[in-house]
Amino acid sequence: MARAALIVALVAGVACAAHADELNVFVVENDGIPASLTGASGDATRGRAIVVDRQTGLCLLCHAGPFPESRFQGNLAPDLAGAGARWSEAQLRLRMVDARRLNPDTIMPAYYRVDGLSNVARAYIGKPILNAAQIEDVVAFLATLKDTKAR
Amino acid sequence: MTGRVFIAAVLAALLAPALADEIPRAQRRSGYDAMSPQTRAMQDNESENPATLWVLDGEASWRKPEGEANKSCADCHGDASSMKGVAARYPRFDAARGKPVDIEQQINICRVERQKATPFAYESHELLAMTAFVARQSRGMPILPDKAAGAAKTVAEGQRLFTQRRGQLDLSCAQCHDDNWGRSLGGASIPQGQPNGYPLYRLEWQSVGSMRRRLRNCLSGMRAELWPVDAPEYVALEMYLMARAEGLRMESPAVRP
Repeated sequence: MARAALIVALVAGVACAAHADELNVFVVENDGIPASLTGASGDATRGRAIVVDRQTGLCLLCHAGPFPESRFQGNLAPDLAGAGARWSEAQLRLRMVDARRLNPDTIMPAYYRVDGLSNVARAYIGKPILNAAQIEDVVAFLATLKDTKAR
Repeated sequence: MTGRVFIAAVLAALLAPALADEIPRAQRRSGYDAMSPQTRAMQDNESENPATLWVLDGEASWRKPEGEANKSCADCHGDASSMKGVAARYPRFDAARGKPVDIEQQINICRVERQKATPFAYESHELLAMTAFVARQSRGMPILPDKAAGAAKTVAEGQRLFTQRRGQLDLSCAQCHDDNWGRSLGGASIPQGQPNGYPLYRLEWQSVGSMRRRLRNCLSGMRAELWPVDAPEYVALEMYLMARAEGLRMESPAVRP
């Protein structure tokens, strides 16, 4: 059954909190989100830049991947090599947006969710880790990672 | 949020395991074990350990009369050997105050009540120096957590804070330091988060710092709201971490990367 969720930022406890940005509506089907969050395709080149940026994507803190220029990579999470062969774009999108819908215990943060969080620093209240366009760029890039061979 | 999604979220929260598994006692490791030989040598050799400068300043102020009472620490406590084992037992539940007190707060209680002096600010050089000097006296001694009746509630509160997800990244302390210690976070080995070296000289800080400062670093990394520097949450976490580290040897003042 398709579940539609209108995700609205819930800001509790802070009387003067900034107005929370609303997230785009998305529809989860099975274990994926088939439609682009923005209605447009992402840009894989921009997506790669987000993935290797340690302040924006944060991906390589936990994941390793085919990024020879990035010396320090993590090993808390699966290697990103072959992610595009293992998963469809719809599956990659849901794993980015909110991996906790698939595994509530995962350490993978929900990159496109602003509710159900606690003690968020003021500067980040109501803001997802990545915006819809950035999610689409990363999904487009991960879909290109078809090669699972060890580097 | 639709009602159905809300119910699903509540169900997911209820079904998720409440607590991560603590590290079994036989696997408890000081952060020292994961350090390079060079960094270990820096900690072990007092003439190379940068924190020795703080210890020496602490030693000087131990003997210096302060405040309206014009008393020094030594006037009441005598030689610093009287502090042997003290840092391995703090934070302690203070029955008279009805709350737990960490070693920095205890130093300030002495300043205000005995010396009639102004308390040192958290993270000030003076407080770090005195804490480093006092903690130095417990080097090599095993951590003996407070097991008084009043302490248990605070330990439990600290454990709750340790395992509770927080911040934009929605992480708990336990997800890294219980579940993933030894793995690589962006190239750096994740430590168990053991409290046995504080206050310590961190190469990244180029300074001695308290456990409170380290906890605030982690909160920032989770993109979580920082508690005010004098908040009881830090003491609760310290107290839980000491209970979690029972038996580990004190290394204060340690050196860490």
